[in-house]
Amino acid sequence: MSLFLSVLTLSPLNYEYFAFDKINLFVILILLVTAILFFVLKARRGKTLSIRKIAGLEAVEEAVGRATEMGKSVLFVPGSRDLDDLQTLAGLSILGSVARMTAQYEARLDVPVNRSLVMAAGQETVKEAYLAVGRPDLYRPEMVHYITDEQFGYVAALEGIMVRERPAACFYMGAFLAESLILAETGNSIGAIQVAGTAMPVQLPFFVAACDYTLIGEELFAAAAYLSQDRRMMGSLKGQDVGKAVAMFAIVIGSLLATIVALTGSSFVGSLFRAFIRLFALNY
Amino acid sequence: MTMWDMIVLWIGGAMTLMIFSFLYKDNPFYKFAEHLFVGVSAAFWMVKAIQTTMIPNMWAAIWPKSVTGILHAAQHTEPNYVRLIPLGLGLLLLSRLMPRIAWLSRWAMAVLIGFTSGTYLVRYLQSDFIAQIRSTLIPLVVVTPQGLDVIQSLLNCVLVFGVLCALMYFFFSLEHRGVVGGISRAGIWVLMVAFGASFGYTVMARISLLIGRIDYLGEWLQSFGKIL
Repeated sequence: MSLFLSVLTLSPLNYEYFAFDKINLFVILILLVTAILFFVLKARRGKTLSIRKIAGLEAVEEAVGRATEMGKSVLFVPGSRDLDDLQTLAGLSILGSVARMTAQYEARLDVPVNRSLVMAAGQETVKEAYLAVGRPDLYRPEMVHYITDEQFGYVAALEGIMVRERPAACFYMGAFLAESLILAETGNSIGAIQVAGTAMPVQLPFFVAACDYTLIGEELFAAAAYLSQDRRMMGSLKGQDVGKAVAMFAIVIGSLLATIVALTGSSFVGSLFRAFIRLFALNY
Repeated sequence: MTMWDMIVLWIGGAMTLMIFSFLYKDNPFYKFAEHLFVGVSAAFWMVKAIQTTMIPNMWAAIWPKSVTGILHAAQHTEPNYVRLIPLGLGLLLLSRLMPRIAWLSRWAMAVLIGFTSGTYLVRYLQSDFIAQIRSTLIPLVVVTPQGLDVIQSLLNCVLVFGVLCALMYFFFSLEHRGVVGGISRAGIWVLMVAFGASFGYTVMARISLLIGRIDYLGEWLQSFGKIL
């Protein structure tokens, strides 16, 4: 009891729970969440939602099939960051889809990771995927194995795995740092089909240069929905498109207003522009 | 240079050459360096996690008196029992080691993933959505007291239209055909130009790292003279 009392007395009652200077962010967030929920509910009611083709993801099944035919393994690297990075979560979602394919094709899957939590989440993901396609007998916890937290120690081990195991397909999906080019070049040298996906702007050029297909930025987050064709995830993707449409609309309107102000010096349009730009202020 | 410095220099030089030997092909020297690196770093990170996270953030917070003589900053503070919550979640993660109650680890994982998603939603909304839109609300024509600023106007147009085209590329609801296809193709061009610039910049940074390593090897070679 005393323990709970202590916890209760520590509750931050003096904190401000609502930051009114961020009311604009709240409104925008509500609009975006509403759009996402709308499409998710629409999808759940049975409405068919479609999204455009993503070339890199069309190649995933082909790559797994090739690995099966060649009797070689499939290497999946879920980035080099921990679970507190959304790209790692996106990578693990894609791992689920790739694991379903390897289970169906009976291909060997190898997922070396550099964070203990990613290993735990990865094992759960792969296990569920193998269960979902009715092949729990093929699942082995060692498929997802920990190497080391050290970035370049991890890379050195991955390079070793690549040149010794010679996987036929390499997937790099998640947050990558300086290791991106090292991995992609090694994969290239062993002749593997390589599909990469990251939202790290600095690393994307290396993947684009050295991999067969690259998922750029948000394509990584769309990939899990695309591969699984899960209705709820597709709905979420559609909702996010609404956010992009809002952004494009705001940019067009804002730039036009700014241009009119620059050309005419109109004080009325100027005040309109100031009011408009204030909507996108970090502190309203 | 002391004897110890010399030993460190020699180990560093030998390890560098062992790792570089991978450029030729996989070989026993590389394997040795790789396994040593992985083993030492795994142990190092484990010890570091205990020293920098578990002792100061958990042990010292829950039981400050126990760290007397170890952590001076924590020994006079009051116990913070809120830290028992993450401790409990951490223990739940360890339940994976016991198959019968392994399912409990999902609770900890769910909290972690939920917290990450919730926290980053607001952060990304501010930095990757709102701030980006605001930075793009610029006039397409820039007029200064001296007249029309052609260069700045051109730069602004490239920025605004570049952002719109790139955004269209990331629009998943529409097939990239017709007008949408044309705009998204322009968007991918914008992205590729940006990637090209980033590629060159990063390669330059990597070359400076290589120079640093070669410089280290040079220092190592010079040490031969001191020994001989």
